[in-house]
Amino acid sequence: MTLALEAAVLGVLTGGVYALMASGLTLIFGVMRIINVGHGALVVLGAYLSFAASRRLGMDPFLTLVITMPAMFLLGVALQVVFIRPLKTDREALSVLVTYALALGIEGLLGYIFSTNYVQLRAWYENASFPIGDFRITYVYVFGFVLCIAILGAMFLVLYRTTFGASIRATMLNRTAAQLIGIDVDRVSAVAFGIGMATAAAGGVVFGITNAFNPGSHYDLISRLLTIIVLGGLGSLRGAIIAALIMLVSEDITSVVISPVWASFVFFIILIGVLLIRPQGLYGVRVRERI
Amino acid sequence: MRRRLMAAVVATLGLTAACGGSATPTVQGAPITIGVSVSLSGDFSGDGKALEQGYDLWMADVNSRGGLAGHKVTMKYVDDASSTQQVVTNYQNLITVDKVALVFGPFSSLLTIPASTVVDRYGYAFPEPAGGGPHVFDRGLKSVFFVQPAAVEDNLVSYTKWLLALPSGQRPASVAYATQDDPFTQPQVDKAKSLLEAAGMKTAYYHVYPAETTDFTPIALQVASTKADAVILGTQLPDAVAFAKTFIQQQFNPKTIIETTGPDQGSQFSDKLGSNTEGIMVPAGWTTAAKAYGNDVFVKEFIAKYGGTAADISADAAEAYSVGQVVEQAATKAGSIDNTTLINTLHSGTYNTIQGPMSFDATGKPQGGVGVYIEQWQGGSAMFVYPSTIAAAPPEYPKKNWQ
Repeated sequence: MTLALEAAVLGVLTGGVYALMASGLTLIFGVMRIINVGHGALVVLGAYLSFAASRRLGMDPFLTLVITMPAMFLLGVALQVVFIRPLKTDREALSVLVTYALALGIEGLLGYIFSTNYVQLRAWYENASFPIGDFRITYVYVFGFVLCIAILGAMFLVLYRTTFGASIRATMLNRTAAQLIGIDVDRVSAVAFGIGMATAAAGGVVFGITNAFNPGSHYDLISRLLTIIVLGGLGSLRGAIIAALIMLVSEDITSVVISPVWASFVFFIILIGVLLIRPQGLYGVRVRERI
Repeated sequence: MRRRLMAAVVATLGLTAACGGSATPTVQGAPITIGVSVSLSGDFSGDGKALEQGYDLWMADVNSRGGLAGHKVTMKYVDDASSTQQVVTNYQNLITVDKVALVFGPFSSLLTIPASTVVDRYGYAFPEPAGGGPHVFDRGLKSVFFVQPAAVEDNLVSYTKWLLALPSGQRPASVAYATQDDPFTQPQVDKAKSLLEAAGMKTAYYHVYPAETTDFTPIALQVASTKADAVILGTQLPDAVAFAKTFIQQQFNPKTIIETTGPDQGSQFSDKLGSNTEGIMVPAGWTTAAKAYGNDVFVKEFIAKYGGTAADISADAAEAYSVGQVVEQAATKAGSIDNTTLINTLHSGTYNTIQGPMSFDATGKPQGGVGVYIEQWQGGSAMFVYPSTIAAAPPEYPKKNWQ
């Protein structure tokens, strides 16, 4: 029982990190209607940037976000303008190819610069823990969770309390209608892609402290992130958060109560069950398309 | 239409027969290319890079000695992205399109198993450094040669012998086992478990987890919750590090921990755990300090070519270099690099490598070699600790508590 409770707490804490990583992916889909299969590579890129900054400048990994988040935001805007904006027709299908090529390019570049050896971000709190009842909680998971809450909270504030946030939400609801009422959707898209990449940088730093990673680590990541946003509903920030928590908590509890072999299976049972009842995902919107 | 279809089938069969009969004949003394599928991306990319380094170092050495049986050697690498499908395509292309003279093996049993089937079909010899799982040998292929001191399932036998040789009062009372469902790791852990259970050691936990697992913490938590005296883990580098970190975080201090891979990766392992590597064990057939054939030259040349220190050299690189050594000696002995001749030659005799002398049985399993030892991290470096005949220091037992 204690172990199951411990796994549930761990699931919530790591679920927060996955929620942060998936939030950028779902935001990008919501605004641009593109599936960014390169998002895992962007998370890994964020982790490497923090790794380089902490090594070169001796900074705490979390502090490196002061550098990496703005850098990734600007890079995101540039990538959107150069690679995504030119896609005028069949965006959803072509975007998969373009962003996959982007992922391979990032992986190759990281391999060239850092080699393919596994690295990990180091900090004084990586192995430190404190007791709660019969089990111990690791500081790094708590710090990571607090960071996720702060960044996701900031994202919600921007989306629901600012005029620009209203432009983003309008574009997410209906891109054509947003254009008709005078919203510069190209600008909104570029900024949304930048925000998505900045959140990837934040997710990357926690991922990089809690996991050994190399340039190829994005393949496992993207498959999990895509599953999360499908369960949550494509384009739904709230859905991504809930789905990430469901995924990590169900997997961690299954892993300790039944077997690690069944961990993913149980999550996919939940996913299939939800999609049978709500094909649009937990918080997704059903869209009627003209054929 | 039907006739055209028949013609296509006949042409395809003809082509297959032409390719499948035997390896490409090579002009005496002409330069040759040796093809390898390496994992330069994906899960095994760290190991893949190390293999490439080992093969490249051997290539430079053999060319400086006049080549492989008189043929200057060039290596051709193709990335398999750690994929079991891509590795098959790669070897097919290397043999039928690039028409390489020889092929060497990829990383891991997982990739060697599908690759060896297609390589055998084309009549090529398949000396390989890292595919030692039981399924590599149980298909009756005659062309596979696993260039390590012992078959994989025997890797932890030395460790079990050491545990059982401890005085009964000190011997661990319970053992926890966790392993990836990988053909390299699981057979080792399963054999160790059966040996220790037969000797009366209680199993506190046994679980197999999928190789695709990315979050190892729940499994490590469960191992820690057993408070077992001994922990035996079937790992690669990422999970080897993750398990150790969770044990540190949970302040779980077993008397002994052994991991199948990870602690043998030199600084790649120690730079993630720092001083907490102390006392962690790994089965190993090679170490930088081993007094084996050509090992001192290998270590010196490796550092000269790739920089760093001896601790930075991965065992994968040493295993790849050994493949070259074995093939070089076989080619010299046979006076030929013809694949059929090499296959026949490798099935007899003993070959010296930086991992020690080895020979191969009919299925390519290493025979009568030096066996696999136990290496343990002590004072910041990994050293042989068992058996006593080769030990640089006695085993540290019980393992010190985490710092």
